Amino acid sequence: MTRGPLRIVVVHPDLLGTYGDGGNGLVLLRRATWRGYDATLVQAPSHEPLPPGDLYCLGGGEDGPQVRSATELIEDGRLVRAVEDGAVVFGVCAGFQLLGTTFPDARDQPRAGLGLLDLVTRKGPGPRAVGELTALIGADGPPSADGAPWPKLTGFENHGGVSTLGPGSRPLARVETGVGNGDGSGIEGAWSGRVVGTYLHGPVLARNPALADLLLSWAVGESLDPLDDHDEEALRAERLAAARSAS
Amino acid sequence: MPSIGDPGRSGASPVVTPIPMRTRVAALAVHGVNVLSRVSGRGSGTVAGGRVGLALDPAIIRNLTAGKTVALVSGTNGKTTTSRLLVAALGGGHDHSVAWNDTGANMPAGHVAALVHRPRARIAVLEVDESYLDHLLEVTRPEVVILLNLSRDQLDRVAEVRLLAERWRKAFEGQDGDGPVVVANADDPMVVWAAGPARRIWWVGAGQVWREDAVGCPACGGRIAFSADGWACDHCPFARPVCHGEVLDRELVLSDGSRHALTLGLPGAFNRSNAALVAVATEALYPGRSFDDALSAMAAVTNVAGRFAVVVRHGHPVRKLLAKNPAGWTAIFDLLDEVGQPDEPVVLSINARAADGTDPSWLWDVPFERLQGRSVVAAGDRCLDLAVRLRYAEVDHQVARDPLEALDLAMATAPPGGALTFLGNYTAFSDLGSRL
Repeated sequence: MTRGPLRIVVVHPDLLGTYGDGGNGLVLLRRATWRGYDATLVQAPSHEPLPPGDLYCLGGGEDGPQVRSATELIEDGRLVRAVEDGAVVFGVCAGFQLLGTTFPDARDQPRAGLGLLDLVTRKGPGPRAVGELTALIGADGPPSADGAPWPKLTGFENHGGVSTLGPGSRPLARVETGVGNGDGSGIEGAWSGRVVGTYLHGPVLARNPALADLLLSWAVGESLDPLDDHDEEALRAERLAAARSAS
Repeated sequence: MPSIGDPGRSGASPVVTPIPMRTRVAALAVHGVNVLSRVSGRGSGTVAGGRVGLALDPAIIRNLTAGKTVALVSGTNGKTTTSRLLVAALGGGHDHSVAWNDTGANMPAGHVAALVHRPRARIAVLEVDESYLDHLLEVTRPEVVILLNLSRDQLDRVAEVRLLAERWRKAFEGQDGDGPVVVANADDPMVVWAAGPARRIWWVGAGQVWREDAVGCPACGGRIAFSADGWACDHCPFARPVCHGEVLDRELVLSDGSRHALTLGLPGAFNRSNAALVAVATEALYPGRSFDDALSAMAAVTNVAGRFAVVVRHGHPVRKLLAKNPAGWTAIFDLLDEVGQPDEPVVLSINARAADGTDPSWLWDVPFERLQGRSVVAAGDRCLDLAVRLRYAEVDHQVARDPLEALDLAMATAPPGGALTFLGNYTAFSDLGSRL
């Protein structure tokens, strides 16, 4: 049975393409097609208008390209309108920061973000946060796709930003090991409505298939059949153990 | 063959520079530590000795390269191989005429060890980690610098691509008219941006298959558009410069119209590109020397610190290849298509130790989909990350953490005596080398 169609869009891979985060789009595509959805993955370069989509992914990037991506997305206007029409948006690192209201450029000047999350990011005073992170998605996090308790979030963070949530967004998770948003709140990531952001690479959806399935279930509007995730489970067990022994 | 003793620059006879006593003592200490380290089996010793040398004489590199003809090689991929090819082109490799960091230890401690190991060499060829190029430019005052390419690599450890390009650029801005001849790859916009302020540049169109890190214009933030003729920014005049030579298929074609066959003992298009840069650098150092002499000297190199070597295990030839980052892996997949059978089994071994970068997210930038149809075994410390990546690439695979066990699994899928390929990143490759 074919279900769908489902359009997954990787936003500006030419600007927000470092750290392997393009893999999040691939994980979503495969997890949809393996379940019989008629899904397509579109790479949307920064010099073209943003194509229509059901689920948009933004990845990490360097300071200059991050500013350029935010400027293009604000001018283009389609991403904000798509969210108003029910699209799902998932941002990582630089892509997470630019979903907020302001973020710093290379000279530490504040730049306008898309305002899809109530989030302010500034440059942190200390060294970059680099390393394995684990976090727990709690009662103020989004509900899991299958209603079951959330497994731990695992990923690799690598950023110099400090992000603070406003009242319009909620914490994605609480840091167990690692830094996360880094503003002293112990929070990692943010979400509101169908917009989710996190600092985690890995890519994070490969290491947390439950999070991938939440985004997919929002996009297709129904619950999902289970998949055989033994490769992912083996990786998760190893990374969680590594974070435990390092902390 | 012309003699290789006299630097080409201004034809000056080499100056004999007295080495300060402090440097002599430090050099002796380096030698001593390295011998001890090798004898005690604790390592090849280059880095340990070099660190001692730097501690005893912080100016040791400056003092040991004074009076030598110095060539530096830097870039994300191909440093070790290109340095080895340059050593061959300059007539070294079998004797002490050229000092070079043959173990691939490309930070200052490794440079110290290389210079102490071959004290009488008149020429030093130093492979330089990208983040130390500005320092080495200052202390060695090289005659020639080869710049290969710049792309994403170990983002948890090394500065991002654009920051590195800016550091290189600043270093070349600070050079006076006596600065080096820079032989640089014109097909990589990040390299062109970085080398731009150098006083004397010989551009070579050496090719660059990986373009994902050069889409945003480093000059103005515009977009770099690539075409069959080269590349240019859509916003400002930044564009591919006019080249002294270009690699066209298997030839180096110079601006004077002469064509030189790039026939090497090493496989792969990227090695032909490396050789082209070396040939031009050799000409910059020794204007009288023929290109074809340099190229035939390079043809004798058939492996570089075990890379590209073929070893036999249980009757199966095993080709050993090393790649460390997405651009390197993409180039290696091109090589696999060029040299092997399309269904040849492959062992992929991935570690994420300090020398590799501790975040293997970059596996998702590597087009592993190109291995569909092959029998693949995932190995190394991070075999589980690789297994998940292969699952989403829809590549059938087995998993064996131990690389030798992985090779044996792969052999079981090969025909009797059939060849296979081992592909590892930095420490995964060295681990296997010490066990085969």
